[in-house]
Amino acid sequence: MNTNVAVKDKPRKNALVMFIHKLGSPPWFYNFTGKFIPWLWMIFIVLAAWALYMGLFRAPADYLQGESVRIIYLHVPAAWMSMLIYGSMAVMAFIALVWRIRIVEILAMCSAPIGAAFTIVTLTAGSLWGRPTWGTYWVWDARLTSELVLLFLYLGVIGLYNAIDEPRKAARAACLLAIVGAVNLPIIHYSVKWWNTLHQGSSVSLLGGSSIDASILWPMLIMAFAVKFYYAANLLTRARVRLLEQDVRKGWVKDLVREQRT
Amino acid sequence: MSHLPFIWAAYTIGTVVLLWCAFAPLVRKRSTIRDIRRLIQIEESNRDTDT
Amino acid sequence: MSPEYTAGSLSGAFAALVRRDLLLAFRRRTELMFPVIFLLVVISLFPLGIGPSPQLLARIAPGVIWIAALLATVISLDALFRSDFEDGTLEQFVISGHPLTLIALAKIATHWLVAGLPIVLLSPLLALWMNLPLDSLSVMVVTLALGTPILSLIGSIGVGLTISLKRGGQLLSLLVFPLYVPILIIATAAVMAATDGLPYTQFLGLLIAGLITSVTLAPFAAAAALKISLS
Repeated sequence: MNTNVAVKDKPRKNALVMFIHKLGSPPWFYNFTGKFIPWLWMIFIVLAAWALYMGLFRAPADYLQGESVRIIYLHVPAAWMSMLIYGSMAVMAFIALVWRIRIVEILAMCSAPIGAAFTIVTLTAGSLWGRPTWGTYWVWDARLTSELVLLFLYLGVIGLYNAIDEPRKAARAACLLAIVGAVNLPIIHYSVKWWNTLHQGSSVSLLGGSSIDASILWPMLIMAFAVKFYYAANLLTRARVRLLEQDVRKGWVKDLVREQRT
Repeated sequence: MSHLPFIWAAYTIGTVVLLWCAFAPLVRKRSTIRDIRRLIQIEESNRDTDT
Repeated sequence: MSPEYTAGSLSGAFAALVRRDLLLAFRRRTELMFPVIFLLVVISLFPLGIGPSPQLLARIAPGVIWIAALLATVISLDALFRSDFEDGTLEQFVISGHPLTLIALAKIATHWLVAGLPIVLLSPLLALWMNLPLDSLSVMVVTLALGTPILSLIGSIGVGLTISLKRGGQLLSLLVFPLYVPILIIATAAVMAATDGLPYTQFLGLLIAGLITSVTLAPFAAAAALKISLS
């Protein structure tokens, strides 16, 4: 009797706390996220299509660089995502290690391949942008070199996670590695940047030092925003699959698959 | 030198990587669900034979 | 029974562990030589592969020697905890009541004495082979003396994470090399600056800062990694 009264007194606080609690339950998480993954994909596709249309067909070519500046709509959003995903992975890893929440472990681990994919896109797009602009496919400039090291950090997390058999132990080990990598990331980034100034004198900038024209900037920013929805959609998809795999023998999974059959 | 092939190459590789990244979990999901179905079948057949 | 120390105290435990590990290492004296021989062989491969031109060798000497030091360290790192992990001694350490951080620090110290210090001592010979000018030789030795402990410290985190894997050694290199990048950059920059006659003490300062930071932080991370691996 008393507890009912207490619940009625503070409904809003309880709702948020309850929501977070519910997310920790695998079947609830699975069903809830399943509902808005399609929306996330839709938002990504619409925004990305618009950004690419504006950037590739409506914006003019750059005064100095020519058409190759159009790679910016791919390279810069991918670069920002590669770093953002590592940061989000590190935060989730910290939460997972400290509070031992399985869902957060899974979310952190599923972020790694997505981050690695964006890093690969950044490297290849940057490399292909460099060839017409300065004449070489690869140059050990600060940004590309840091991206390469970032790729190795991602591969390390993925490799460690896949190497250990027991899933929760594997996740904890890889989360610790992700955090260690995150602590080192600024150190690595600045040391590479500085190494570059030591050995080259002037660092090359893909944008040639000129300020970006608004007609190029806006599609790029929209693309950068759109790509976050890609990450959210992809992350939740991967997390749901991982949950299914880990809970194969549990009742909620079997019930779910049985329902799908009919 | 025309910039076009580089733009095409960059966007092609980018699209391929991101498409693969998006669809890989779906492929895995299908095979996982197949495994779960098989498990359910085995369980149900065991239950039927036990009774 | 124990003459100079009480085994229950922290410093006693540290001393006992270092003493034990050094004893074990010296019993397998031939194994001690592996990183040393590896270093010598790898360095000698460079002139063979690149050509004996003295100017070229001198130019690449700092990087080559440091990269060889990195490789030699990674190779010897796996042995840091593995035998204790495999025979259950590590679990005994965990339940002994002594902080795992201290145990990790003791083992890292032994690792440096056994694997890192030989690199530092061998470096004049390696510098000679690679035709490094004599003015930069002392800087080279100092960077190695400051840097190899950092390599052992950071590497121990990777070892802690991979110790429960059968072939953890292979994954270990992938894990620690990105973390070694800043040390490599700063150390080689110091030696190259010394060769060119430019000021280099700021690089040494950075290495000292790195050493202090790693000594304070790395053992905690290594202990956390070991706890995860043992769970």
